[in-house]
Amino acid sequence: MRIHLPNSAFLGNIDPFLREFDTSEPDKLEITANKKWISVHPVVLSMVAALGQTVKPSNISCERLEATSKHYLERMGLFKFLGIKSAITITEHESAGRFIPITQINDSSALTRFITEMTPLLHLEPRHAEPIRYIVSELVRNVLEHASAKQGAVLSAQYFQKSNTIRIGIADTGVGIKQTISNAYPVKNDLEAIQLALTPGVTGTTRREGGTEYNAGAGLFFIKSIANVNRDFFMIYSGRAMYKLLKRKPNSKIKLFADPFNDRHSKEENLPFWQGTVVGIDISLDATREFSALLDLIKDTYTKAVKERKKAKYKKARFI
Amino acid sequence: MINIKLFNQVGNFAENKDLARDIRLKKIIPALKDNQEIVLDFEGVDSATQSFVHALISDLIRKYGSDVLDKIVFKSCNETIRKIISIVIEYMQEST
Repeated sequence: MRIHLPNSAFLGNIDPFLREFDTSEPDKLEITANKKWISVHPVVLSMVAALGQTVKPSNISCERLEATSKHYLERMGLFKFLGIKSAITITEHESAGRFIPITQINDSSALTRFITEMTPLLHLEPRHAEPIRYIVSELVRNVLEHASAKQGAVLSAQYFQKSNTIRIGIADTGVGIKQTISNAYPVKNDLEAIQLALTPGVTGTTRREGGTEYNAGAGLFFIKSIANVNRDFFMIYSGRAMYKLLKRKPNSKIKLFADPFNDRHSKEENLPFWQGTVVGIDISLDATREFSALLDLIKDTYTKAVKERKKAKYKKARFI
Repeated sequence: MINIKLFNQVGNFAENKDLARDIRLKKIIPALKDNQEIVLDFEGVDSATQSFVHALISDLIRKYGSDVLDKIVFKSCNETIRKIISIVIEYMQEST
């Protein structure tokens, strides 16, 4: 495999980075980078780290980095995580208030511990901490419960002062959304599987309305809704498909949709195959709407979706 | 009446679904079988995920019907938690 860290790859412009990812020779990982400047979303680092977990450290090679911003990769713990030497020396700074380095989460109790430690690490006010810990909990639990990923979830996050935004990236190398959703729904391709996974009340564990005792099929819908209401990017990539929620236009009326294809979005369905699932999200701290107000909007859409699905199954009168 | 203090088990952010299931199976269901009223006490809990609340109560509504809500009260819930509980309860009643 070969992955190139570009000059810039954030959720708004991540598509070229995803298209360039080379999946050949899956037992090797070659990392190359822009020579001048590397400025990337944490989701990019989570992806590289997750890929690195699938090959032996001796089969990972990273070209000598020249970009002046190369220290960022070291500080985020990329080389340590991959078990390779970077030849980059940095003065370690106190991480509080700035970022969460690449972290692997393998089980439920590790997640609970991580969330407890994460909030003070990011120095968040309670109103900002609430949606962020909510998002991390739901996304990582999705990996732990559905991905069958040996390495669990690989997560990193960073605060970007200029945009006053927290950016979070979570990657796994598990079975992917199509296989999970296929347990309950017939799906033709990865994009359709992502569409279903984002639809409220749809879970790969059952087709029954209301889900199982453990899964309601609402986690991703809630997260997409948080991003939508706050006018933030949200991206999900699995198999060959990628769905990206685009920012709502300024001053546009907030409207949540059960079908993610009705939101302002972009999509790709012929990307290099990602074995597993990748999720990236931005949370703008300027725009963070009160979580409680957001729940009112979610409630209406969520229950309306169930009603409509139930209504679609009603038997019709037969007239002769 | 049995009072179940959630903070002691789940901390201030109720998100661990494994713990939610344990509480349901080991405390709520036995109390329901004893015909006791149940107080789910959220004092000290700042927030909860929909997944946690679903794992805590959805199966009760499915198994015992919505009448089970006559035997359960939710105590000391802040606005966010109230809304999440309401979402799960409304969703389950629409679904069943």
